[in-house]
Amino acid sequence: MNEKLLEIKDLHIQYVTDEEVVYALNGINFSIRRGEAMALVGETGAGKTTTAMSILRLLPKYTGKVKQGEILLEGTDLLKATDKEMQDIRGRRISMIFQDPMTSLNPVIPIGKQIGEVIALHHKKMGKAEVENKVEEILNLVGIPAHRKVEYPHQFSGGMKQRVIIAIAIACNPELLIADEPTTALDVTIQAQVLKMINNLRKEFNTAVLLITHDLGIVANFCDSVAIMYAGEIIEQGTLEDIFDHSRGHHPYTVGLFGSIPSISDHKDRLSPIPGLMPDPTDLPKGCKFHTRCPHCMEKCKEGEVPTFVQGTHQIKCHLMQGQATDGGV
Amino acid sequence: MGKYILKRIILIPLMLLCSTFVIFCLVNISPTDPALIILGSDATPEAAAQLRSEMGLDKPLLVQYANYIVDAVHGDLGTSYFTKNAVVDEIMARVPTTLKLTFGGIIFAMIIGIPLGIICAVRQYSWVDNIVTTVAMFLAAMPTFWLALLLMLYFAMYLGWFPVMGTDDGVKSFVLPILTAAFPYIGHYLRYTRSSMLDTIRQDYVTTARAKGNTERTVILGHALRNALLPLVTITGLYIAGLMSNAVVVENVFALPGIGLLVLESIKKKDIPMVLGCIIFLATVFLIITLVMDVLYAYLDPRIKAAYMKAKKAGKKKAPQEKEA
Amino acid sequence: MARVKKAKKNSMMREAWRRLKKNPRAMVALCFLVFFFLVAAFADVIADYQMEAVKQVPLDRLQGPSAEHWFGTDNYGRDIFARIVHGTRIAILYGFGATLIGIVIGSLVGTASAYFGGRVDDVIMRIVDVMSTIPTLLLALAIVAGLGSGLPQVVIALAVGQIPNFVRVVRSAALSVVNMEYLEAGKALGANHLWLISKYVIPNVISIILIQGAMNVSFNLLMGATLSFVGLGVQVPTPEWGYMLKEGLSFMEGYPHLVVIPGICLMLVALAINTFGDCLRDALDPRLKGKA
Repeated sequence: MNEKLLEIKDLHIQYVTDEEVVYALNGINFSIRRGEAMALVGETGAGKTTTAMSILRLLPKYTGKVKQGEILLEGTDLLKATDKEMQDIRGRRISMIFQDPMTSLNPVIPIGKQIGEVIALHHKKMGKAEVENKVEEILNLVGIPAHRKVEYPHQFSGGMKQRVIIAIAIACNPELLIADEPTTALDVTIQAQVLKMINNLRKEFNTAVLLITHDLGIVANFCDSVAIMYAGEIIEQGTLEDIFDHSRGHHPYTVGLFGSIPSISDHKDRLSPIPGLMPDPTDLPKGCKFHTRCPHCMEKCKEGEVPTFVQGTHQIKCHLMQGQATDGGV
Repeated sequence: MGKYILKRIILIPLMLLCSTFVIFCLVNISPTDPALIILGSDATPEAAAQLRSEMGLDKPLLVQYANYIVDAVHGDLGTSYFTKNAVVDEIMARVPTTLKLTFGGIIFAMIIGIPLGIICAVRQYSWVDNIVTTVAMFLAAMPTFWLALLLMLYFAMYLGWFPVMGTDDGVKSFVLPILTAAFPYIGHYLRYTRSSMLDTIRQDYVTTARAKGNTERTVILGHALRNALLPLVTITGLYIAGLMSNAVVVENVFALPGIGLLVLESIKKKDIPMVLGCIIFLATVFLIITLVMDVLYAYLDPRIKAAYMKAKKAGKKKAPQEKEA
Repeated sequence: MARVKKAKKNSMMREAWRRLKKNPRAMVALCFLVFFFLVAAFADVIADYQMEAVKQVPLDRLQGPSAEHWFGTDNYGRDIFARIVHGTRIAILYGFGATLIGIVIGSLVGTASAYFGGRVDDVIMRIVDVMSTIPTLLLALAIVAGLGSGLPQVVIALAVGQIPNFVRVVRSAALSVVNMEYLEAGKALGANHLWLISKYVIPNVISIILIQGAMNVSFNLLMGATLSFVGLGVQVPTPEWGYMLKEGLSFMEGYPHLVVIPGICLMLVALAINTFGDCLRDALDPRLKGKA
C-alpha cells in the first residue's frame, strides 16, 4: 500500500501562443500510492485538467509546453518516454475518464467497438470473439445491457455515456485511473451512481484514482487524500482528515473554499465566498498567488517564494503557518 | 430513412417549379421580339404578329410558363429557333461530354485535394502545410479560363502532348479540360478538408482515442477521418454543381461540344428555347445531385440515419435529435 | 443600454484594425489594393484613353514589351499597358461595384423581411431559397440571356447573384434586433422604425458583411472577367482584362504576353482581395484563426 505509484515533482507547464504565455502549472509536487484515491480540488482554471493531461502526455501539441519537472510512474519518467512506450501506458496502465461524456465518444462508431478497441490494443493475442466477450463483461460491470453494444453514442443518455467512458477507462484494469470531473455534466442522482461505481471498481482491482473535482462533498465521501490547487500551484495537501479538520490551521484559500459551501450542521446566515477572481494566468502576481484576495495578506506575501510548511502528512504553502509547523522548504 | 428520402423527392418538383419559373422570367425579359429573331429584322409586322400568336407569345407570361411546363413534363422543351431541332435532342447529344468533364474533374479534385488537406491539418504550421496552402491560395485567385489558356499554351501548343481543341483524340482531348476544371476545386477541397480535419482533431473523442493508447495513425485515420469527411459529402454536391457551371467556360476554351458551349452559343444567337432548356436542365441536375448527397450524408451519419429511422417507426418520438448537448 | 452596445461595437472595429495593422500580409495586400484604386482613379493621367488604349495602330501590332510599350501591343497595335490601366476601372466595377449593389439591396430586403415578418417574410425567404438553388453562373447566364450582353447587364447579373446570401445574413441579425427593448423605447419616442432598426442592425452585421463581402468581391471580379471572356460582357473596344484574354487567345502561341499579362493582373488583384479578406476575418473573429 505504501509504494508510490505516481509521483509528480516540480512540474511547470506553460501554454505558449504567439500572443501570450499562460502559466498553467507552476511547480507542483504530489504522489499517489497504489489503491489510493486522491482528490485534486480547485476552481476552474487552477490547472487541474492540465495536470491530468500532462500525466498522459495529452497536452495540446503546439501550445502545451512542459518547462520543468518529472512525472514518475514507478520511478520511470513519463516525460522522457518514447511515443511507443507512452502508447503502451495509455489505456493499459493509466487511463482517463473525461469531463464531458457528450463529446468524448466518437459519434460514428458503435460503443461496443469503442470499448473493444482499447482491449484489442493492449491484448494483442486476444481473438475477436474473446474481445467481444470481454466487452460484454465490462458493459455488465458498468450496468449497460450487453445487447446495446451495437448502438451509437447518440442513442445513450448522458449518464449512460459516462458509463461507456468508464467502461473504456477500466477495460484493461489500469493501475491509475484519472477521473476529470466525471460527474460535472451529470444529474445529481446519476452523479452518485457513477461515483459508487468508480469506488467499487477501485476496491475490486486496487486501482489508484486521481479524482479531479471542485465538489468538496464528493471529496469527503470518496477520497483518502486531498490536494488543493490555486493558480497552478498546490497550496495545501494532506489526508482527508488533515484537510477537513476545521480545528487545524489551513491555507486562507482552503478556509474560503469551505466558506463557500452551505453546511447543514453549522448555522450561518449567509455564505462567505472568496472575494475577487482568480488571477489572470498570463500575468500572475508576484509572491503568493493568492495575496490579492487574501484577508490575511502581509507585506512578505507580496514578494518572493512562499515556503511550504509540513506537519506530518499535512502540507501548507502559506506564511501564516510559520511557527505552527516546521519549514519543509520550497 | 425511406420516409426521409420520400420527403426529399416530393420536394424536388416543387423546388424545380419555382426555380424554373425564376429562370423562365429572367430569360423572357428580353426586349427583343423572338419573332424578329426567327424571321429576321426585315420581316413584315403582320408576319411577325402571326408567328407570335402561333408560338403563343401573345399570351401572358404566366400562361406561357404553364404551357412550357406542361410540355416539359411530356419531355418537350420546345424547338430551337435556328436548327429547328428538338431542344431535348440537342441537349441529350451534348450531355456525355459535359458529364465526362464534370465527373472527371470532381474525381481528380478529390483524389488530390482531400489527402493533401488531411496532411496539412495533421502537420499544421509545418513547411508542407505552408507550401500547400499558399499554392491553394494562388489556385483560388486564378480565373478558370486563364488557367485553361496557360495549360493549353504550354501542354498543347509548346509541348504538343495534347490536342489544342475538340474531342477528336478521345481520352487525350479530355485531359487538359479535366485538369482545368479540377484545379480550382483541388484548392477548395484542400481548404475544406483541412479546416474540417483541424476542427475534428480538436474534438474530445480524438483525445479519448489517443488516451486509449492508439498510434497517431489510428487516431487520425480510424477516429478523426470519418467524422472530418462527413461534411465533405454535402460540399461535394455543391462542387459538382460548380464544376458543371464552370463547364461553360472550359468547353468554350477547348471547344468541347458540351451543354456549356451550347448554352453560350444559344445566348449569343438569342435562341431562347435552347437557352431555357439548357439552364433548366442543368438546374434540375443540380437539385438531383443535392438530393443524392443529402441522402448519402444521412446514410453515413448514424445520428441522422437513426433519427429518421425512429421517425419512420411510428412517429411516436418527437423531433429527431440530431445533436445532443 | 444601446449606447453601451454601440460603444462596444466601435471598440471591436478598432481592435480589429489594430490586429490588422500588426499583420504584414494584410498590410501588403492593402497597399496593393490602394495602389490598384489609385491606378483606376488616375488612369487618364497615366495613359490617354483615346490615343493609347483604344486607338488601333496597325503598324505597331503584336510587339513584345519595350521601353515605349511596357507590356507590348496587341493584334490591333494598341498599347497593352494602357489597356491594363484602363481595365482597372471595369475590374472595380465588377468586383466592388456589383458586390456593393448586392450588399445594399440584400441589406434592405433582409431588414424589411425581418421587420415586417409574417407573410412578407415568408414570401421573401422562399424567393431567396429558390434563387440560391440556382448556381450563380447559371443565374448570371439567364440574366444576360434576358437582358442581352454588355457591361451594365453583367454588373446586374453579378449583383443579383449576391442578394440571397446577404438577405439571409442581414435578416437573421435584424430579427434579433427587431424584438429588443430599446426598439420599444424608440417607438415610444416616435422614432422612425426602419431607421432605428438599421441603426442597430448595421453594427451587428457589419463584420459578417465585411467578411462575406471580401470573398464576393474577388468572386465577382473573376466572374465578370469570365463573362467578358466568353463574349457576354463588354463590347469592343472597351479595355477589359477578360476580354483582352479572349482577343489574345488566337495569337497566344506566338505572342504569349497577350494572355500572360492580363491574367497575372487578374490573379494579383484577386489574390490581394482574398488575402485581405482572410486577414480581416482573422482580425474580426480571432477564434476562427487558423481555420480555412
